[in-house]
Amino acid sequence: MKSRTMIHAVVLGTFCLGFGIVLAGTDLLTNDEIKLRAVEDLQASLVQVIPPVIHDNNPAKDVITVKDEAGKDVTVYRATRGGKVTGIAYEIIGNGYAGEIHLILGVDAEGKILGVRATEHHETPGLGDKINPAKTDWILRFTGLSLGAPPVEKWKVKKDGGQFDQFSGATITPRGVVGAVRGGLQFFAAHKAQLLEIN
Amino acid sequence: MANNYRQIVKDGLWENNGVLCQMLGMCPTMAMTTSATNGLGMGLATAFVMATSNLLIAALRGFITQEVRIPVYILIIASMVTLVDLSINAYMHELYKVLGLFIPLIVSNCLPLGRAEVFASREPVLPSFLDGLFMGIGFTLSLTAIGACREIVGSGTLFADASLLLGHSFKFLETRVLPADTGILMAVLPPGGFLFTGLLLVGKRILDIRAGKPIVLAGAHSV
Repeated sequence: MKSRTMIHAVVLGTFCLGFGIVLAGTDLLTNDEIKLRAVEDLQASLVQVIPPVIHDNNPAKDVITVKDEAGKDVTVYRATRGGKVTGIAYEIIGNGYAGEIHLILGVDAEGKILGVRATEHHETPGLGDKINPAKTDWILRFTGLSLGAPPVEKWKVKKDGGQFDQFSGATITPRGVVGAVRGGLQFFAAHKAQLLEIN
Repeated sequence: MANNYRQIVKDGLWENNGVLCQMLGMCPTMAMTTSATNGLGMGLATAFVMATSNLLIAALRGFITQEVRIPVYILIIASMVTLVDLSINAYMHELYKVLGLFIPLIVSNCLPLGRAEVFASREPVLPSFLDGLFMGIGFTLSLTAIGACREIVGSGTLFADASLLLGHSFKFLETRVLPADTGILMAVLPPGGFLFTGLLLVGKRILDIRAGKPIVLAGAHSV
């Protein structure tokens, strides 16, 4: 009886070891490639919110971290030209209808929005996913705005007394996005010196 | 369960179809069929896992003792899934962004485990491989069909983004069936998954009755 148990243990253990080695090998083979893909993804989203003409560096490589009001580290990608910061991009998070909406916000040195794009969200297809620029131009309308224009109390959806359109049938998604962008601009205003400082 | 290759192909694709007869793998069937392309991608990944895991299990079955066979099967299936997951992430990254979240779920799909236990643990290597492959292709066909129906009704398109999955030469598959914004949203939401899977089950049942086949309760087929 005891030796039977031993056999099962050895069989199971051998299979675990064998397939463990196979998986470790696969990981070794694909690891670099997967990291490369992640960098490409990042660059692809950075290009959308920082126009290539304003910088001569690679913003994906010029990274600083700044603590926000809640004490959380924010990773900031900086675009520089001639040694001066011309624009920065960082991730902002809004509360959507189905969990967090991850966005990337690009701002120039004066605090004007260069672009906003959703990078990850689970909003309802056909309603909340109108924040996708392939579906509507809604998210492109942020470009050129800043915290003073419109004034901060207008940084809301129309239903809440602000100036931004909601979608018919979906208010929560645009409200989350507008709130996140407003928060992102306030973060820029509060840390402007630190964000633009070249060290 | 004869060693009859023609029967293996027929069983896998139609007569004992994983979704429409055995009613296994319902989780990916409902979750991943919001479009024909998603269904196709999920199906192909599952088919690959089933073919390779069946092959490995049939080849190694001499070493697998009866008492620990289930953990070993799961180990083999999970290894294959991880392999697929890493490879798709590395080499088909666009597809990974669509399917990434769901590929690990293949482990919990009962269909690969079902075929391992019922078929691959008793049959030689080649029939087992073919069984896994054609059960997988049958699964793919069902998912693609459900996805196509839901996509047409829900978004008014067919095979949207197929070029992300299959490459640019398949751009021609992407068609718009109905004008934009006319879709019935519910079809691509979770209830649509149940509705359209049910409708397809009815469809298959009608065809079986027409063909004069004996009617078996869904899920009561010999797996």
